[in-house]
Amino acid sequence: MSNIILEMKGITKTFPGVRALDNVNFKIKEGEIHALCGENGAGKSTLMKVLSGVHPFGTYEGDIIYNGNNCEFKNVNDSEKRGIVIVHQEFALIPELSIAENIFLGNEQVKRGFINWNGTISKSRELLEKVGLDIDPNTLIKDIGVGHQQLVEIAKAFSKQVKLLILDEPTAALNEDDSENLLKLLLQFKKQGITTILISHKLNEVFQVSDSITVLRDGKTIRTYSVKEEKVTENMIIKDMVGRDITNLYPVRNKSIKEEVVFEIRNWNVFHPQDTERQILRNVNIKLYRGEIVGIAGLMGAGRTELAMSIFGKTYGRKISGKIYKDGKEVEFHTVKDAIKNGVAYVSEDRKEYGLILIDNIKNNISLANLQKISNNSILNKNLEFTETENIKNRLKIKAPSILQTTVNLSGGNQQKVVLGKWIFTEPDILILDEPTRGIDVGAKFEIYKIINELAEQGKSIIIISSELPELIGMSDRIYTLCEGVITGEHKKEDVDQEILMTYMTNRSGGSKK
Amino acid sequence: MNTLKKIISNNVRQFGMVIALVVIAILFQFLTGGVLLTPLNITNIIMQNSYIILLAFGMLIVIITGEIDLSVGSVVAFVGAISGILLVNQDLPVIVGIFLSLLIGAAIGAFNGFWVAYVRIPAFIVTLASMLIFRGLTLVALNGQTIAPFPDSFRSLSTAFIPDIFNGGDLHILTILVGALLTIVYIIFEYRNRQNDKKYNVDTSSNSLFIAKLVIAAVIINTFTFVLAQYEGIAIVLVLIFFIYLIYASMMNKTVLGRHIYAVGGNENAARLSGINSNKVKFWVFVNMGVLSALAGLIFAGRLNAATPQAGTGFELDAIAAAVIGGASMTGGVGTVFGAVIGALVMGILNNGMSIMGIGIDWQQAIKGLVLLAAVTFDILYKKKK
Repeated sequence: MSNIILEMKGITKTFPGVRALDNVNFKIKEGEIHALCGENGAGKSTLMKVLSGVHPFGTYEGDIIYNGNNCEFKNVNDSEKRGIVIVHQEFALIPELSIAENIFLGNEQVKRGFINWNGTISKSRELLEKVGLDIDPNTLIKDIGVGHQQLVEIAKAFSKQVKLLILDEPTAALNEDDSENLLKLLLQFKKQGITTILISHKLNEVFQVSDSITVLRDGKTIRTYSVKEEKVTENMIIKDMVGRDITNLYPVRNKSIKEEVVFEIRNWNVFHPQDTERQILRNVNIKLYRGEIVGIAGLMGAGRTELAMSIFGKTYGRKISGKIYKDGKEVEFHTVKDAIKNGVAYVSEDRKEYGLILIDNIKNNISLANLQKISNNSILNKNLEFTETENIKNRLKIKAPSILQTTVNLSGGNQQKVVLGKWIFTEPDILILDEPTRGIDVGAKFEIYKIINELAEQGKSIIIISSELPELIGMSDRIYTLCEGVITGEHKKEDVDQEILMTYMTNRSGGSKK
Repeated sequence: MNTLKKIISNNVRQFGMVIALVVIAILFQFLTGGVLLTPLNITNIIMQNSYIILLAFGMLIVIITGEIDLSVGSVVAFVGAISGILLVNQDLPVIVGIFLSLLIGAAIGAFNGFWVAYVRIPAFIVTLASMLIFRGLTLVALNGQTIAPFPDSFRSLSTAFIPDIFNGGDLHILTILVGALLTIVYIIFEYRNRQNDKKYNVDTSSNSLFIAKLVIAAVIINTFTFVLAQYEGIAIVLVLIFFIYLIYASMMNKTVLGRHIYAVGGNENAARLSGINSNKVKFWVFVNMGVLSALAGLIFAGRLNAATPQAGTGFELDAIAAAVIGGASMTGGVGTVFGAVIGALVMGILNNGMSIMGIGIDWQQAIKGLVLLAAVTFDILYKKKK
């Protein structure tokens, strides 16, 4: 059979107080796609950092054997010289530079000390072709979508003569279409003999492309499966990842939906903030019953986040028209404050940019949106704040030694819980959750779902915006499909599957009914 | 022992600053042959640095919101000039003159704040422009001349002392009593806080540690007032700074507004989506800076007994240095009022100590620059280690 291209033997890496990797063994065959699965904090990223030289030789124990040689990478350049290239989850692209400049960033094509622009452009073209991207390499990064940015990152990896490509959550920010494309591309690379390590939370994708799957848990290798040789199911992987059975990915909810419309959007129209001719949302009508969870499905760019933000105190868009009804009465939200006062909360899709003050602690983050609750004539009652936020921390099971812990040090799941906690603290009736489980692991997802269900059980109404269709179907009672700013359909949970949703999401005139 | 370690490690930043201040003070006490900490010189240090401390309060808040104000030195000069025109040339009543000057400070702050908060021009550019504008307008207003002297009642703000109603002779009895009173107020305050914390189950330190803290604070307060009492007692400007300190420290710590300021600096996007009007916060922070610059301008003019075109040159840098040495981060969201005071005192003692030693202004600048760099380096290394 094929040779072992890479073997990591007995890798142990400790940080002060934590053993991040504990005697990890990891073998990759040449030319395969090998998925690395595990919850956040399981050690996947650390392992890849050891492999790529981010954690240099000497800071860990164990051996890395690559192509039969024992490797001692001192930095990222060392590993890249050998053809090991990692594409990180967070893009390292510079928005104001062109695609070509980004591809050759740090590896500029030079002729006699000056940049060889012709060479740069023509080589970029070749590389872009390889990743199936047909765009002018002079286009600025900020002008292309996330899906294309991801491809540029991969093209950049190719510019380094990649033999072993490591992709860390490559589809986390992508919509279904782009993800699909990317996965196809990986299969093409495989034909060209490139070995890929794929780190992903999305098990359906893992199963779609992988030849082998290795599961890490708590810094230890649990098992390596060979997908071809044995029958592997998602449940087996999940069980290995979390160390217990998860019979249902979505917790059961005691439904108590009342026939009472608590929130309604009528004829909502929104235009682009800069290009005011461009209509982003067209005559959107949405209804929400008490205790109901409603999903909004749409591709990236369909206007999902724009819809949420334009409702939430007009934080997005221009020339906004339409009406909002809360408990049957017409309301207007000119500012975020108005929206909060009327019991609406919006948990943004990007928790680091728009949700948290990362340098601040859990307590201050939770209390921020409702300081009135813990103050008297603008003077804070710090003790009350302490007990109230401590309650939220316990209620949401935020894992941290204390509420004085800085949020930057928390895991993604716990950060998301803090953001949820902040909005629960405002005692809302309506919660709009934008990608509530993006980039967090299976265990934490389950807990977030439980929290969402509890809120609905308490009679709150919830809108979930998500790119993950199984999540929408698993959690919602009703789902609206949104395509290019138009609501193309309203579906009962029982009546849909992913395919039906996808048809409505991609077809503006609504899915053609069979 | 463990709790003590925890307290120290949680507060290294604050402790570190205070320790640095003490070390610098002891060093200069030694280098100046004991002159630094004489009652006369301590009083001098307070007087000399009063306006820098005031500017540091404002600058700290500006820096916490993630902005900067380079115009404060020029505003100090401009307001000094205006006060000279109003009080000396126009002979207006002192109260009216002070009021109008502060109003002009607020207006200048509003001017800066408008461009920064609502037009979204980077504060560095806006206040660089204001720095030039108001330095120029100072020259215009003064016609290149110096206006002097100011009325005595105006000067008392920066030069007078609180009289001793007990006639203690060599020792200023009132000052000592104030020290005792402050100690009592402080102990009551801390005790009530502690009871409150216990009520809400907030972690409290052990009894012995608590008592040790009270004893140390009491010793510091009373030593300080005792030293002051050996000279003229408490300067009026010290009282002013003390109250302004209390106002700002509680504002930043205990009010909704303070929390909003930290939030805007920590992550403006998140703050906005939490219902905070970040434009408004930034605007008022600049207005506040303008008022404090005006107050500093008045005190400086009073101390100099003249309004001069070159007043306040470089004050913005001293204020920024004070805030940064005191732990404020230029990226916003971090910093304390207490730290800014300590930072201003570090700069003040450096200035004063080196002057007493007869070091020229050239070397003084260079050394101050190195100290600033060292303080920030320490901070960054410490954070990395953490």
